[in-house]
Amino acid sequence: MWFVARRLLHAVPLLFCVVVLNFVLIAATPGDPVTILVGDFPAPPGYVEQVKREFGLDQPIYVQLMRYLGHVLTGDLGYSFANRQPVSTLILGRLAATLELTLTALLLASLLGIALGMLAARWRGSWLDSGVQGIASTGYSIPDFWLGQLLILVFSIWLGWLPSQGNMSVRGAPEGFAGFLDHLRYLLLPALALSFRYLALIARITRAAMLEVLSADFILAARSRGASETSVMITHALRNAAAPVITVIGYNLGFILAGSALIETVFGWPGIGRLLFDSISRRDYPVMMAILLMVSVTVVLANLATDILHRAIDPRVGDR
Amino acid sequence: MSAPLNPQAEAIATSRGPGFLRRLCRSRTAMLALGFIGLVILLAALAPFVAGHDPMVGGDDAMLPPLSPGHWLGTDDLGRDVWAQTVYGARVSLMVGLVTALFAVSIGVVVGGLAGYYGGWVDTVLMRVSEFFQTLPRFVLALIVIALFGSGLWKVIFVIAILSWPQTARLVRASVSSLRQQPFVDAARVGGMGDRALLLREILPNVAAPIIVTGSLDVAAAILLEAGLGFFGLGDPNHISWGSMLNEAQQYLRIAWWMSLFPGLAIALTVLSFNVLGDALNDALNPRSRVRS
Repeated sequence: MWFVARRLLHAVPLLFCVVVLNFVLIAATPGDPVTILVGDFPAPPGYVEQVKREFGLDQPIYVQLMRYLGHVLTGDLGYSFANRQPVSTLILGRLAATLELTLTALLLASLLGIALGMLAARWRGSWLDSGVQGIASTGYSIPDFWLGQLLILVFSIWLGWLPSQGNMSVRGAPEGFAGFLDHLRYLLLPALALSFRYLALIARITRAAMLEVLSADFILAARSRGASETSVMITHALRNAAAPVITVIGYNLGFILAGSALIETVFGWPGIGRLLFDSISRRDYPVMMAILLMVSVTVVLANLATDILHRAIDPRVGDR
Repeated sequence: MSAPLNPQAEAIATSRGPGFLRRLCRSRTAMLALGFIGLVILLAALAPFVAGHDPMVGGDDAMLPPLSPGHWLGTDDLGRDVWAQTVYGARVSLMVGLVTALFAVSIGVVVGGLAGYYGGWVDTVLMRVSEFFQTLPRFVLALIVIALFGSGLWKVIFVIAILSWPQTARLVRASVSSLRQQPFVDAARVGGMGDRALLLREILPNVAAPIIVTGSLDVAAAILLEAGLGFFGLGDPNHISWGSMLNEAQQYLRIAWWMSLFPGLAIALTVLSFNVLGDALNDALNPRSRVRS
């Protein structure tokens, strides 16, 4: 319990720093802060005045910071003039698509990565092991957005099997289970492209962790008692190798979210990453800053949850 | 000083000498990676002579497929030669990768060295700062900083470096703080060596091995990050880069696959080479840690 409380206390200053960094970036940007808050758009003078008052731009800098903190805490992330919507509404509207893509990618990466890592560790030094290590090095080096383009080239353009853009048919999705299947066809390629890097990472960590556990005495003991290979690998080895694997998955949650920006752009997936791309090209500053804030906060929270989970799985972990 | 060395110091001690080079050369993949990196550096250096065309100037022959006369990798939507663009793009990628890694490693060595050597509150403060930087989503932050402050080669290098040093800092800190307690450091201190000389002459040379390994991995990560920025249209507009080529290719995937294939292959192979080299260096420097993590 103390551990959880301490981690929470530790996360609060981190979150505070993240918000302050956001504020500093806005404040340090060259040009008129009003332009940054409103965007590069011909805004009516009345609106500019309103923004100035709302953000207290005539006040000293620490008062501005406090106001900004207050706005963030109450979920007020500003107004996107380009989209004529509050930023929070805009982001919430895109959240489901991004979560669907990132969580599917994470699930794919975890399942395949753990399976490949286990196989490689079990048959260490075999061609299977070399294959898995090859996949791991490639996955870690290939730019995921280019992998996305390659998948589109092969599966959408040359073979014509899967759609390349969007997350639903423009003619309207079919009802029921057929609609679900249709949706999966749109999800498959972007999720694969996004997952590959993390699949490689997870396979690598799983292999290393399994190799370490498999050389332990209790594995030898289990084998000598006549435990079946499946039982040795899963109930004995994997359970003890789980902690580093779960840690690497948790620590990368936020990075997958960030990485989806590129993948969503390649596949025209209507999520937050695509919104970020559009906001950057339209210089829609409030939306950009809100997305940065959201991703940073997600990373801090995901790390916090991972630390707590790690401690719960493996009580041997001391305070770092 | 007859106290037995601890295993870690022994591992570091064995990392020097001819055994290291022999082990590195025995790895066929490492030699392949090194060869490819050499090739890319050569092409980048000799770009004006090997490109054959001006990468920025288009012609009448737009969208020529590969193996067309005069354009063996084809041309893009504006008739620019894809081979010339790829060769000139290598300059940007290598420059960003190498300079960024140099900056990141320098910051990391200073921060990690100070934290590990002095310990106490210096350590606490510096490690909290590096933890904060490690939490930041590098790609999104780099995107937004460049979008806010405008693009440019040096800005890109600066932003990536500022976001890349914490890993080196943590590594250097761990090595320095364990080396600090070694008998040879005590001996030098008893001999009257000051803090600065101790840190620079006695401790840091022993941390060189892991620093070289992270440096190589930093180059790979920086090249990938720069490509992502270029793909988002935030590269330096005055230079052709592999990322910006892929940005352009995105609209023409259906008709000009070669606009995507070649720059992407260039990124993937270059980054792979630096990653493989980093791994091989790690194996050669620590022969006993064959299990990679």
